[in-house]
Amino acid sequence: MSSNNRMSKALVRRETIAGYAFMIPSLIFFIGFVIYPMVQCVLTSFFDSTMNRDDIFVGLGNYTELFGDSVFMGALWNTVIIVIVSVPVTCIFSLWVSSVIYDLKGPLCSIFRCIFYLPVVTGSVAVTVVWKWMFNNYYGIFNYIGKTTGLIDQNINWLGDERFALGCIILILITTSVGQPIVLYVSALNNVDQSLVEAAEVDGATKIQCFWKIKWPQIMPTTLYILVITTINSFQCFALIQLLTSGGPNHSTDTIMYYIYYNAFKLYRYGYGNAMGVVLAVIIAVLSGIQFKLAKTD
Amino acid sequence: MKKSNPVGAKCYKVFSLIVITLLAIAFAFPLYWIITGSFKTQQAINATVPQWIPQELVSMNYEKLFSRQTAPLWEIGIFKGPVVPAALRWLVNTVFMAVAAMALTCFTAAMAGYALAKKRFIGRSVVFTLIVCAMALPKQVILIPLLREMSDLNLYNTIWAVILPIVGWPFGVFLIKQFAEGIPGEMMEAAKIDGASEWKTFSTIALPMIKPGIGALAIFTFINSWNDYFMQLIMLTSTSNLTISLGIAKLQAENATDFGLIMAGASLAAIPIIVVFLMFQKYFTKGITMGAVKG
Repeated sequence: MSSNNRMSKALVRRETIAGYAFMIPSLIFFIGFVIYPMVQCVLTSFFDSTMNRDDIFVGLGNYTELFGDSVFMGALWNTVIIVIVSVPVTCIFSLWVSSVIYDLKGPLCSIFRCIFYLPVVTGSVAVTVVWKWMFNNYYGIFNYIGKTTGLIDQNINWLGDERFALGCIILILITTSVGQPIVLYVSALNNVDQSLVEAAEVDGATKIQCFWKIKWPQIMPTTLYILVITTINSFQCFALIQLLTSGGPNHSTDTIMYYIYYNAFKLYRYGYGNAMGVVLAVIIAVLSGIQFKLAKTD
Repeated sequence: MKKSNPVGAKCYKVFSLIVITLLAIAFAFPLYWIITGSFKTQQAINATVPQWIPQELVSMNYEKLFSRQTAPLWEIGIFKGPVVPAALRWLVNTVFMAVAAMALTCFTAAMAGYALAKKRFIGRSVVFTLIVCAMALPKQVILIPLLREMSDLNLYNTIWAVILPIVGWPFGVFLIKQFAEGIPGEMMEAAKIDGASEWKTFSTIALPMIKPGIGALAIFTFINSWNDYFMQLIMLTSTSNLTISLGIAKLQAENATDFGLIMAGASLAAIPIIVVFLMFQKYFTKGITMGAVKG
């Protein structure tokens, strides 16, 4: 027994040395460029920090200022609207598309999957500049289509109008978000235990019953994952805002991520920006936690 | 639809397929609009009635794009390449960034993912928990501290300031771990009994088995780093160091309504990455789905 124990101790030591030898290159990058900046982010949020001068400790000053900052609260509200609209729409839309295309014969399924993924691959900048053209007041196709179909009677300045700008951004965000969920759902639906479905069909279950009673529980982990990643992505919506509206008109499209960028890289208020980053991270962590909890109890 | 109703189900399916086909056309439209727009004349672009199919194809927009700014094709220390249009330099930068990020990520993640899956080392669960927690946090919030760190390291406004954080992001380790868990323990035991060193076990037994995972990770990292606009925006400033996405964004800021010119730039940014995506689509799909399992 005791010799056995010593053996395993030696083995553990060997495994530990080998394990870290394999881990080291990755850990250097991970600790150096992810963990260290994360710690810095939290620490600097307690300082008044800017370029070319030493940081000044302000305690919770940044945080108290944050919650009295009406522009930040507006940005938080806009971000919440983006998340509340885009997350369910993205999830339901991608589930519906996947449920229709996943059992198509031949290459059709992968062609559809590919097309819905195109806006993601095209890249945020290329996608954004073309949408900016399509929404343009004078040369955009939306005004043309709207007028020829009689939906609108005069040109609308889509991105320059407080009533429409946020909606336009949500629309673009959704087109660039459904690609990955569709890929995930198609693969999850193909992995559903087919024998269960067949057994249920023999027993006379309808397609709808089959879906909710058999397939839905089995794709639940995928749904959860999609919810979490879409939430994180929607909270981080930035490129669209920066390139299309710069938060305007009249702060109607400010999001937290854009406001962080504005404070840190336009006003050089690093500490204040970091405090917002911490708040954003806490919100996302709490929401992810809730989503996991809900999925577990279901 | 109380009972199994094959006719109704069929109708629903055909109807849905028609709607989805229309939606697919709408999804592909922006890309079509970028490419055709880049070949349209100024009049065609500014026409009040859009030209759905361009009547006249011109290369004017590309000529304008290439005659704007110039930069050396490459700069390694004091060695500079021939002077070319800046847009070409941006492409060179972007390809270099994406390839370097891809190679480094695959190299580090392959070893780390293998160790996390197969080595029972002390602190393994702590490292793994740290990785999962880091992945759940928004990576953009660390950009401010990263900017200062890169200035301290004298890497600000170099392409490495963009590459290193991409390599640090632990998604790759997580992905490879999923693949490495499938390596049968007996094979590794057998290698050990034959007296193979740790490195040899890894390179001859594990590596061939996680190859599909590495392929998926490679293509995934390539595409994501190509399109990681926010980090590029913060880290890179001088004309000769820009990436193609950043160059197009600057172009757009300076010539807000010259849509032909902007579309030419957008084509230059989008087409290479779309070609890469279409060529390696299978690996890419695999990478996305494997990363989600047990996510």
